Amino acid sequence: MAGAIPMEHGLLLAAVLFALGLGGVVLRRNMLFMLMSLEVMMNATGLAFIVAGARWGVADGQILFLLVLTLQAAEACVGLALLILMYRRFRTLDVDVATTMRG
Amino acid sequence: MLNLLPLVCFVPLAAALILTVGGRRMPEPLAAVLGVGSIGLAALLAAMVGVAFFTSPLQGGAITYPLWTWMQVGNYAPVFALRLDALSLIMLGVITGVGFCIHLFAVWYMRGDAGFARFFAYMNAFVASMLFLVLADDLMFLYLGWEGVGLFSYLLIGFWFRDPANGLAARKAFIVTRIGDTALLLGLLLLYREFGTLDIQSVLELASQAWTVGNPTATLACLLILGGAVGKSAQLPLQTWLPDAMAGPTPVSALIHAATMVTAGVYLVVRLHPLYELSPVALASVGIIGAATLLLAGFAALVQTDIKRILAYSTMSQIGYMFLAAGVGAYESAMFHLMTHAFFKALLFLSAGSVILALHHEQDIFRMGGLSRRMPWVFACMLVGTLALTAFPFTSGFFSKEAILHHAYASGHLGLWWAGVFGALLTALYSFRLIFVVFFGAPRTNAAGESSTPAGAPFSHQLPLGILFVLALVGGFIHLPPGDVLPAHVDVDIGFAARLPVIVSLAGIALAWLLFVRLPQIPAALATQRATAWLGHWWRSAWGFDWLYDRVLVRPFVWLTRVNRDDVVDPLIGFVAVGANQVGALVAVTQNGRMRYYAAVAGLGVCALIAILALQ
Repeated sequence: MAGAIPMEHGLLLAAVLFALGLGGVVLRRNMLFMLMSLEVMMNATGLAFIVAGARWGVADGQILFLLVLTLQAAEACVGLALLILMYRRFRTLDVDVATTMRG
Repeated sequence: MLNLLPLVCFVPLAAALILTVGGRRMPEPLAAVLGVGSIGLAALLAAMVGVAFFTSPLQGGAITYPLWTWMQVGNYAPVFALRLDALSLIMLGVITGVGFCIHLFAVWYMRGDAGFARFFAYMNAFVASMLFLVLADDLMFLYLGWEGVGLFSYLLIGFWFRDPANGLAARKAFIVTRIGDTALLLGLLLLYREFGTLDIQSVLELASQAWTVGNPTATLACLLILGGAVGKSAQLPLQTWLPDAMAGPTPVSALIHAATMVTAGVYLVVRLHPLYELSPVALASVGIIGAATLLLAGFAALVQTDIKRILAYSTMSQIGYMFLAAGVGAYESAMFHLMTHAFFKALLFLSAGSVILALHHEQDIFRMGGLSRRMPWVFACMLVGTLALTAFPFTSGFFSKEAILHHAYASGHLGLWWAGVFGALLTALYSFRLIFVVFFGAPRTNAAGESSTPAGAPFSHQLPLGILFVLALVGGFIHLPPGDVLPAHVDVDIGFAARLPVIVSLAGIALAWLLFVRLPQIPAALATQRATAWLGHWWRSAWGFDWLYDRVLVRPFVWLTRVNRDDVVDPLIGFVAVGANQVGALVAVTQNGRMRYYAAVAGLGVCALIAILALQ
């Protein structure tokens, strides 16, 4: 498979995407952006599966990507529902403000 | 008949339990019937046991009733066993007999008191403990009774606990006797280490086999046990609690602080006399302590103004005679004096209680006077008690004190004998001072002038006084059963020395009459003289022992406790708790509820895991 993208490049991209997503979750204070960053992280894992599947020439990677995609949809549902509840309760989407623990 | 013995102990105990549980809702007459009836029944049973003891002589003069094994720890298995022999029979008779009289009197004395049932619950429990003490066949069991009487003495001294002074007196009595009790416990532990048992008979037998006369371990054990005896019997140097113990109701003073508990020390020394025979030093200390206490208490009694304190010092002094007797090896005389003293001192205390109630709780003898016309019956009782106390010929005290001084002289303890003879003079002086000041002359207050022999429940007032009146008068003719417990004495004729104490006593009475009736200006003049007034003050505070102990022991201890308010050992133990708290606080910081930190920490954790895996 000449001209194909090397596996290392794919995995590196997945790692960069994952790190960016994690950075977004940690650094962003807005709940909506945190959820979006989570999506990025999940897509990074999905990409890693695809790259691995392509490397071994099996369909398992693509099946797992479908699973991850479903998980993402479910997670987005629950996450957005929580987001609406949170906004109703605290009138803000800032996660640092919306804390009731005194630690 | 003899197997009624356990019942003698358990009847008062059962009554005490019933009174404790149900006393609050009990009407006074029922509590009285229960409280006095149980002791009456115990006295009756004790009398039956005594009759059986004399009519059918036992093998070895003693019988043991094992009740049950207390506990089983390795090789140590103390048995709850009651042992009846001549010695415990005397004590049994005194405790139940005199105890019954005092209980009956208490029905009159305590009538209308809010704590009537509580009073009898304590008194019955005290009698049960005292019976355990004298009947115990095992030193551990004896110690149980020993602590029991200490506890009920404490509860009864502080019976009117609403007055803080009474509570203080109770505490003082408890703590001071506790010092002695600790010594006693150490003595018992020493005996256990040596012999591996605390059964009295085995200990005495093993000791006489293992130890020769003058063995230092024997001396140590005897001195430690003597410490317990000294504390309980209010002898030097642990005598300070007894005068304060008079804060309790008068029947309590009569029963516990005159007739029974305070003589427990004498009983203990006499019971363990084979042990003391092995240690001449300890035996000599017994005699010297007795002689010193009888003189010290005699002088102190001479200048007291509180009628009960006079009697308290007199009790201390008479127990000094008993210790003196034990110290010269005249154990039988010691027990004899213990018995007669129980009779006449109980009589004196009950009469004093009668006087105190008639004068509306007046205890100062110089606010009485002229009572002989007002209360002839009480006066007669008091006079007989006092005559017995001063060993007036043919009263009960005469025989016992004669026996003690006779043996002291015959056994060559001349120093102790002189102390005893001089003590007889003091006894006559202070006791007739009491009689003359309280019952003769003119009434000094209105209350004294208007008093009369108390009415109301005359039966429970007159009968006990009557019984004790007769016993104090003729108790000396009660022949003691010598048994095989105590060594018999050979009679020695000591000539004029036998007569001297009587002459001294009579001279003392005459001197008291001279000083307090004929020439009352002499004591009054002495009280104003600087030197003698100072001496009187010194004696009134019983030679300043309270002051001394306060300075030497109490204050340094209080100071130490104040300095050590935060217990120096405490931080070491508290370190565990403080450490757990600190670690907890550290971990709690991570639970701050901020999601972003959680995510970051989770990410870092994953990174760390990967790093570890990668580096392997």
